[in-house]
Amino acid sequence: MAATNEPTIGEVKAPPEIEQETRADEAPVDPELLALPPDASFNEYITAWLKRVRRGESGVLPVVGGLIVIVIIFQIERSRFLSDLNLVNLLQQSAEFIVLGMAEIFVLLLGEIDLSLGYSGAVGAAVMAILAYPPINLSWELAIIAGLATSAAIGFAQGQLISRMRLPPFVVTLGGLLFWEGFLIWVINNQSPSNGGSIRINSATIYNIVNGNLSLAAGWILLAVGLVLFAVASVTRDRRRRAGGLVAPPLSLTLAKVVAVSIAGVVLVWICNANRAAFVGASVKGVPWVVPIVIALVVAWTFLLARTRFGRYVYAIGGNREAARRAGINVHRVRVFAYTLAGVTAAAAIIILDSRTGGVTTDIDGGQTVLYGVAAAVIGGTSLLGGRGKMIHALLGGLVIATIYNGMGLLSLSTDFQYMITALVLLAAVIVDAVSRRGQAVT
Amino acid sequence: MTADSTAAASQPQEGNVSRSASAGRETNPGKDGQADGAPASDILLSLHGISKHFGPVIALDGVDLDVPSGRITALIGDNGAGKSTLIKVIAGIHEPDRGEIYWNGKRVDIRTPHHATELGVATVYQDLALCDNLDIVANMFLGLEQRRHGLLDETPMELKAKETLASLSVTSVRSIRQPVGSLSGGQRQSVAVARAVMGDAKLVIMDEPTAALGVSQTAMVLELIQRLAASGIAVIVISHNLIDVFSVADRMAILYLGRLVSAGPASDYDRQSAVEIMTTGGLSERENGAHGAEAAV
Repeated sequence: MAATNEPTIGEVKAPPEIEQETRADEAPVDPELLALPPDASFNEYITAWLKRVRRGESGVLPVVGGLIVIVIIFQIERSRFLSDLNLVNLLQQSAEFIVLGMAEIFVLLLGEIDLSLGYSGAVGAAVMAILAYPPINLSWELAIIAGLATSAAIGFAQGQLISRMRLPPFVVTLGGLLFWEGFLIWVINNQSPSNGGSIRINSATIYNIVNGNLSLAAGWILLAVGLVLFAVASVTRDRRRRAGGLVAPPLSLTLAKVVAVSIAGVVLVWICNANRAAFVGASVKGVPWVVPIVIALVVAWTFLLARTRFGRYVYAIGGNREAARRAGINVHRVRVFAYTLAGVTAAAAIIILDSRTGGVTTDIDGGQTVLYGVAAAVIGGTSLLGGRGKMIHALLGGLVIATIYNGMGLLSLSTDFQYMITALVLLAAVIVDAVSRRGQAVT
Repeated sequence: MTADSTAAASQPQEGNVSRSASAGRETNPGKDGQADGAPASDILLSLHGISKHFGPVIALDGVDLDVPSGRITALIGDNGAGKSTLIKVIAGIHEPDRGEIYWNGKRVDIRTPHHATELGVATVYQDLALCDNLDIVANMFLGLEQRRHGLLDETPMELKAKETLASLSVTSVRSIRQPVGSLSGGQRQSVAVARAVMGDAKLVIMDEPTAALGVSQTAMVLELIQRLAASGIAVIVISHNLIDVFSVADRMAILYLGRLVSAGPASDYDRQSAVEIMTTGGLSERENGAHGAEAAV
């Protein structure tokens, strides 16, 4: 390829006498804000954080604020909104958005998109339902594993096509969206021709993922175990950093975080453990299984992205693929693995959806579902351009979407308004993101 | 020792060739190496007759170049002169068609970038190859992450990054946990250099390090380059900016249409003569006499 090499006239460089000022000469960041002494106090941390927020690094603050505003609006309109029953209902409804958002984040972080996740996840869920149904009657564990593996294989295959053959992800996964929808209809109609395109969830365990509740004691014990693990992990991490002579937040700040999370956890379990039965005399209480499942998934995937080489490389590829390649990162492998994980997570999301509705159907709108996954990630603060995002964004964004859905359902607004208002919230999230980051170098 | 004998053996012959070819317009790099006051044993990298063709295009034509440790060698030339190809040969991206490469006097073949890295060649490309979304530590260790029980081990990485930046006297960066995208151009250059030298580099090649930088940032990067050389590292700087080149370079190597037409101590050149050699491949008769006399000393 002589064209790319020196002696051709193809290489055009700016004349050296012109001083190029493509990059801001001065750092846009006031370095003082970022430098904290190793023994910085609680107050110094809070001040630095407030300054960061004012500078535009607001993190998840806008979406949390937005969520609170939405909740207040719905509560004013319908006092039932903040009832125990409705709040637990909302948690159950948000699970599928949250998990699908997490699936999409793996791919969004690469700066790519997977439009097929709704249907590829649905195919995995259908495989699970079929295996758990007569005549096969596979145990629920094996059925779920097979379902997850099916969607993993789909993600792997599409990832291979995209990465090895250098095909655009948008087109490959758009093809996937169509193909797997067709495949889903074919497989369900083949399996149960007389059931009108649906397969009932035959396993009580799978049905209970969303509809079952932990016993009251189990809810509290699980919370206690989770909080102790969180506290121990936070404190040991700080201690290790301080032992190495590095900046670590003061113990008071770490404890404040642990206390805040504890309060949130206690409130959550308290609400779930109250009797939320709609009829007098009936008793429905306990934390739905899906709540700890989703939290565990958020923690696991957050850990994967933040603490492993794979996670670091996903961010690196999303930030600058060429730099990642030159650093010796196997970009193909990381990308394919990200698509595979997105597939597995999408299957989990659709399994949760099917568990909630009690069956697998050909009616599922996987095209719209996947876009809700993207919306959840973006509302939470994940960038479509790659390299920026966290799993917690899917959690927050999924809650926002579910809250809108739920609240508008309570207000008896029809789907036309639901769609339009969800769209406006999505737009608002992107605008808040763009405005708050204006002036920052990272885009 | 092998280096000395090889260099000595090849020197007169090549000197003769070049002298007869261009009537004394070229300066023998080997001779200048000694005129510079650098003993031959300090020559880290020695290129002999490096040629590289891309199809019919001759990118490099018999380039001889000595690169001493602890010195800054400026590689200059007009667009298309072969600068990029030459550094790619040293960095293992291109394999030369002909010629020999000596590293610390030992004959080596640099076939892959990995090979070059193993020898201690680190290249900082013009686009720096940094991930703006990752912090300084993550960028410096990208692809080289330290792990404990299979998980990223941030503490030692952060300490090593801190130490490396401190050894380069990069003090303007206040937190090494800030994303690289929030840094100024000069600070980014510093991070790229720190990443390059962290793996015990002996030769650092910098491609247009001051392009796209403002005045104060340029000064900061030039200082950094000087500190690198002062720590005993051999530095090759490619630049279009002759002001910058003359302010830091110990030695000049001028390429013209794939040939190394002139090399020697920077004090033998001024901007006018350098530009003339870059654009015409030599000096006009009058200046050539003076230049030749200087070089011979």
